[in-house]
Amino acid sequence: MNVVNNKWIGQRTIRPDGVDKVTGRAAFAADTTMPGMIWGKVLRSPHPHARIKSINTAKAERLPGVKAVVTSRDVVDFTIEKGAVMLGIQDMRWMCRNVMARDKALFPGHPVAAVAATTEAIAAEACKLIEVDYEVLPWAIEIDDALKPDAPILHEFNKFDGKPSNIMGRIESKKGDIAQGFKDAEIVIERSFTTRPVHQGYIEPHACLISVAADGKTTIWSSSQGQFMVRAMTSMLTGIPQSDIRAIPAEIGGGFGGKTIVYLEPLATLLAKKSGRPVKMVMTREEVMRATGPTSGSKSTVKIGARKDGTIVAAHGSFYLQAGAFPGSPIRGAVGCSFAPYDIPHVLSEGFDVCSNRSKVAAYRAPGAPIGAYAVECVLDELAEALKIDPLALRLKNAAKEGTKAAHGPVFPRIGYIETLQAAQNHPHYAAPLGKLQGRGVASGFWFNAGGESSAQVNITEDGNVVVTTGHPDIGGSRAGIANICAELLGIDYKRISVIIGDTQTVGFSNLTGGSRVLFASSMVVTQAADKVITTLRERAAKIWEIDPEAVKWENGAAHPVSPNAGQFEPLTLADLAEKAPSQGGPIGASVQLNTQGAEGGFGTHICDVEVDVDLGIVRVIRYTAVQDVGRAVHPSYVEGQLQGGVAQGIGWALNEEYIYNKDGKVDNPGFLDYRMPVCSDLPMLDCALVEVPNPKHPQGVKGVGEVPLVPVMAAVANAVHNALGKRFYSLPMSPPKVSEVLDAPAQQAAE
Amino acid sequence: MPKLHVTTSVNGEPVEFLCEPYETMLDALRGQLGLTGSKEGCASGDCGACSITLDGRLVCSCLMLAAEAEGHEIRTIEGMARGEKLHPLQQKFLEHAALQCGICTSGMLVASEALLARNSNPTEEEVRF
Ligand code: FES
Repeated sequence: MNVVNNKWIGQRTIRPDGVDKVTGRAAFAADTTMPGMIWGKVLRSPHPHARIKSINTAKAERLPGVKAVVTSRDVVDFTIEKGAVMLGIQDMRWMCRNVMARDKALFPGHPVAAVAATTEAIAAEACKLIEVDYEVLPWAIEIDDALKPDAPILHEFNKFDGKPSNIMGRIESKKGDIAQGFKDAEIVIERSFTTRPVHQGYIEPHACLISVAADGKTTIWSSSQGQFMVRAMTSMLTGIPQSDIRAIPAEIGGGFGGKTIVYLEPLATLLAKKSGRPVKMVMTREEVMRATGPTSGSKSTVKIGARKDGTIVAAHGSFYLQAGAFPGSPIRGAVGCSFAPYDIPHVLSEGFDVCSNRSKVAAYRAPGAPIGAYAVECVLDELAEALKIDPLALRLKNAAKEGTKAAHGPVFPRIGYIETLQAAQNHPHYAAPLGKLQGRGVASGFWFNAGGESSAQVNITEDGNVVVTTGHPDIGGSRAGIANICAELLGIDYKRISVIIGDTQTVGFSNLTGGSRVLFASSMVVTQAADKVITTLRERAAKIWEIDPEAVKWENGAAHPVSPNAGQFEPLTLADLAEKAPSQGGPIGASVQLNTQGAEGGFGTHICDVEVDVDLGIVRVIRYTAVQDVGRAVHPSYVEGQLQGGVAQGIGWALNEEYIYNKDGKVDNPGFLDYRMPVCSDLPMLDCALVEVPNPKHPQGVKGVGEVPLVPVMAAVANAVHNALGKRFYSLPMSPPKVSEVLDAPAQQAAE
Repeated sequence: MPKLHVTTSVNGEPVEFLCEPYETMLDALRGQLGLTGSKEGCASGDCGACSITLDGRLVCSCLMLAAEAEGHEIRTIEGMARGEKLHPLQQKFLEHAALQCGICTSGMLVASEALLARNSNPTEEEVRF
């Protein structure tokens, strides 16, 4: 670790983009305009499943003010037969069909055409004039319906077990031999669970503004979790080479995984190209809810076997996840993460990717992991109860630690899971008294975390300050973290460092803001770039002093001789050396590009207290503590913000959020009024306890922190509800009607 | 139907604009007036990202017609700081890291200021509701 003193790392500095965001000056995707700009609108399928026999756009094109109309004919086709064309985890065969339906519309809200016109109203009017001849097909929304033997098949080419099927794939993680493991068990608990799809709920709807010059040079202004992803996908779907597409990252108003794919950009690019005018497109909340990715709904069965002393000897999980219209549900997260916190000799974890007639899922905070953890952590709660062991003690007895081999492959290095359990046990919350109809639950969670490609430039300005450019949209304070680290390394006030996010044509390739990778990866490249800059600065001072560079050290923002023996010289500050740069070898700066490695997984343990209003069936969370091993809290406020945000979303998932479908297979609650995410008045203060076990593979000890905090929440809430009522719930959300139903049910068994 | 001509005051400055009868105040602010600090998160009065004050009263500008601004005083996030000097609430939001992505921060600030104008010492309960 090359940072010893800690003037800035760990400080709660003011974020570089802060003033812009408290004054309304920050430019998000929908906040820009261009001269000559026109408006694009999407025509969407009203049907959950329909063959598109023909589309006639003639009337729309003749409407005065309409400048361009596009359909799937204009989008580059990635044919099924030619096989997968992958961009990251996305298969372009599905992406091209998701942005614009080809032969079939697969969910209500699926785009079938797009129009650009001089006003939004004319574009909307034109959409109504497009004639689409649909052959309406039978449809399936829920997993059970999609798995029935006579279920309508979304993708006819697909076979599972030799038969046409909506199961698009299966993966497994395996360790030992579960048959043997369950033979060794003295107690076995097996339970099945369901969860509903929930939306990421970012407050900023998808939006973009795109202009295409006559020579094809394209400028995209949009908010996403990766300008390079936007460039690559738009290029592949429009045929414009990447070198001609400049994707500028706007400030992003939340993503949570949901902005790791494109919806509008390829369409707006095609419209801009056809019309010769800049095209702006902004989704309504209703469009966001109907046609952008929620995360999967699920059906899981988890079976755990243990000895009477609490030693877990075998575990089997099977997780069916809804992918929506196209393959690609996050089964990897459910399969890999669910049992990862535990050292279990015999594990089989399997996942099934199930298509049905709802919008294609998109990533959502630790994709898949919360679904798996919900099932596993609830079963562990029952196990602890049956064995009369404290639930944290049960987890501690079986906790993964350095050297444990996880079923999904890796052998853990030094990890901090045990520390989170101990911190939870010792937290005053865990011993606090509970009142009537109140209950307490605990649960843990794991997420892989990611490294991958990042680029950064560190440049010294002529006046001796610093500009750091990275390639990752800042979704929750990563610029603040980078400013702290860079200030520490260079020994200067963080206010002298300007951290900006470069566009695709000005900074090197940087992969998505996703996988909790941004601060981990970008601080690694920034550290290397800053080290290079410091080397240059020492060389410059050495040259001026005419001594050996090895005899110069960099400290407190200035070059000093390492010792009086090296010579007696006044320190040369960053400003001094910047001023002398032209005569001493030129500009000072460095850029580094890496495929970063060593992002270690993260663990959290949560404690939740609830109170149940038995008359109304309302569950209220009254106290919550999230404990997490965060590696190193470079900016503690934004680490805490990640934990609190994850918990808030999890509470919504546990208690309220779900799509309601009507009998026509359409979402009946596509807005914030009826699709209710938790707001201030639904939540207590969310307390955080940060455990810092530094990542040995990172220069500042950084681990990803953004996704783990969603993983344990639903189980923690469910276990607390059980503790309060003595009844278990096996399906989410635990919303008032469902709670009332269970409370009113004749004693014994809990509801499904 | 011809556009409506509206004369109003925004952040203390006299302002005139034309709007369609169906246009919302949020549309007019973000469009004709170029004040994009107020955001549209839902257009249904549920998220609060579009919060402004109308004669000192907190309103969702997505639920207000632009034409209703006639003769009234509108304040938006853009009017909160005095030049370079941030409003104390803005300063405290920064110091306490009270924002993650910042999309709804304008609305939260406008709502906070309106709350304090009515009730200078609110309880936690009053802040949350
Ligand atoms: S935009 Fe959400 S309340 Fe107005």
